[in-house]
Amino acid sequence: MTMDAILRIEQVSRIFPSVSKRPPVRALEPTDLTIARNDFITILGPSGCGKSTLLRIVAGLDTPTNGRVVLDGRAITGPGPDRGMVFQSYTLFPWLNVADNIAFGLRERGVSEAIIRETVAEYVAKVGLRGFENHLPKQLSGGMQQRTAIARALANNPEILLLDEPFGALDNQTRGLMQELLLGIWERERKTVIFVTHDIEEAIFMASRVIVMTARPGRIKADIAVDLPHPRHYTVKTSPEFSALKARLTEEIRAEAVLAAEAH
Amino acid sequence: MALFRPLEPVSQRARIVLGIAFFIVFFAVWAVATLGGYVSKTFLADPITMVKDGWILLTKFGFAHDIGMTVWRVLGGFVLAAIIGVPIGILMGAYKPIEAFLEPFVSFARYLPASAFVPLLILWAGIGETQKLLVIFIGSFFQIILMVAVSVSNTRRDLVEAAYTLGSTSAGVVRRVLIPANAPDIAEILRLVLGWAWTYVIVAELIGSSSGIGHMIIESQALLATGQIIFGIIVIGVIGLISDLFFKFVNRHFFAWRLS
Repeated sequence: MTMDAILRIEQVSRIFPSVSKRPPVRALEPTDLTIARNDFITILGPSGCGKSTLLRIVAGLDTPTNGRVVLDGRAITGPGPDRGMVFQSYTLFPWLNVADNIAFGLRERGVSEAIIRETVAEYVAKVGLRGFENHLPKQLSGGMQQRTAIARALANNPEILLLDEPFGALDNQTRGLMQELLLGIWERERKTVIFVTHDIEEAIFMASRVIVMTARPGRIKADIAVDLPHPRHYTVKTSPEFSALKARLTEEIRAEAVLAAEAH
Repeated sequence: MALFRPLEPVSQRARIVLGIAFFIVFFAVWAVATLGGYVSKTFLADPITMVKDGWILLTKFGFAHDIGMTVWRVLGGFVLAAIIGVPIGILMGAYKPIEAFLEPFVSFARYLPASAFVPLLILWAGIGETQKLLVIFIGSFFQIILMVAVSVSNTRRDLVEAAYTLGSTSAGVVRRVLIPANAPDIAEILRLVLGWAWTYVIVAELIGSSSGIGHMIIESQALLATGQIIFGIIVIGVIGLISDLFFKFVNRHFFAWRLS
């Protein structure tokens, strides 16, 4: 297969060492995955399938027990600004307002204040937070906080954007709007995105490719292309193609969830 | 009654009224006990005598100078301990090898009673100002280090991770995450330790001193002037209250992001 790969995950595994006489946990079996430039990948799986572990390894926040991750020919050794991350928990810096949160990465890299101001204004507009620049995180709703977090990650112009169940804590309506917002940004900018979720609909709607993972031990079970046309409108969720994909993925996940439930 | 439902908030006005009410109750009980003749005057002066004695102290015996000396000793020793202790605490909380190196000793040193050092410090530094400052310093320094270190260690891990993914270096994380995230807690720690510093200074002044509130108190004891002793104690309380209000103002002003 010829594709312009930006990221290669090579035989990456993660075993959490034993704690207080409990056996070590095999969170992630040796995994291979190649991600094409400008692709939108969702990693779908039940909780405890190692999908977040895999993402954290790509981010450099966790170290694989074996294997390596190569970004643009360079092996990853730790976290860096080339991989922007949006977490499920609200991780805006509570002492900084929206504008200063978005500017955080730029300031760390010593970008000039004039460019920072321009970039912040651009991303504030992109995530629809005009007028909220001077608000503190505690004054924002969960959805607005996650929009700021996305703007903060994108303003740094990373090569790849990593999202770890970013909308998991939001209510259903807000989540739908956030999906459209993020997808809209991706359709315009075509940044490489890896998006971890346990929500099947979300995984299909956002992705050009869904990676299904299984639990205990965590490994990749299926790799499914989503050929729904872009730009995608939320109404696509009711199309027959979407339903067919959903039925197929539900089946894949269900078998895993049953196994996981039995293991308990 | 709705007023006494657990955790039910109370209005700002009611809070102030209730707060003042207890002071009134306190003074009333004290006045009844002393002026009513239930307690011997030799052991406990009544509030009126206390105010009179205080007035005489201030006007005839230069007590204002004593207050000034005590305040200066507390602030001198405390500020010195804070200037050195806070950065060490931050480094200890941030860098685990430094913590492993210093923590056992600091934990031990923290339990060395500052007041027990007074005789030793008199041998070393005489009964001058250096000795007073050192007592405050010893009493505050290790407490500040340890409490700041604990606070910094407990910084939300996800904020640190977010900073790393935004390109922060180790030094950047300390400077732009650990310090601002813990600044309100550090202010709170300093407020607490300053309160303890007040007890150390009085102890230091009780032994081998020729000025200060503690010196006045020990002199008054010899004269059985309980009114003066109580006045001195109340002055300390009032100064403590003022420093507390100052810290609360600083917190509200600089750390609004933290208030709910």
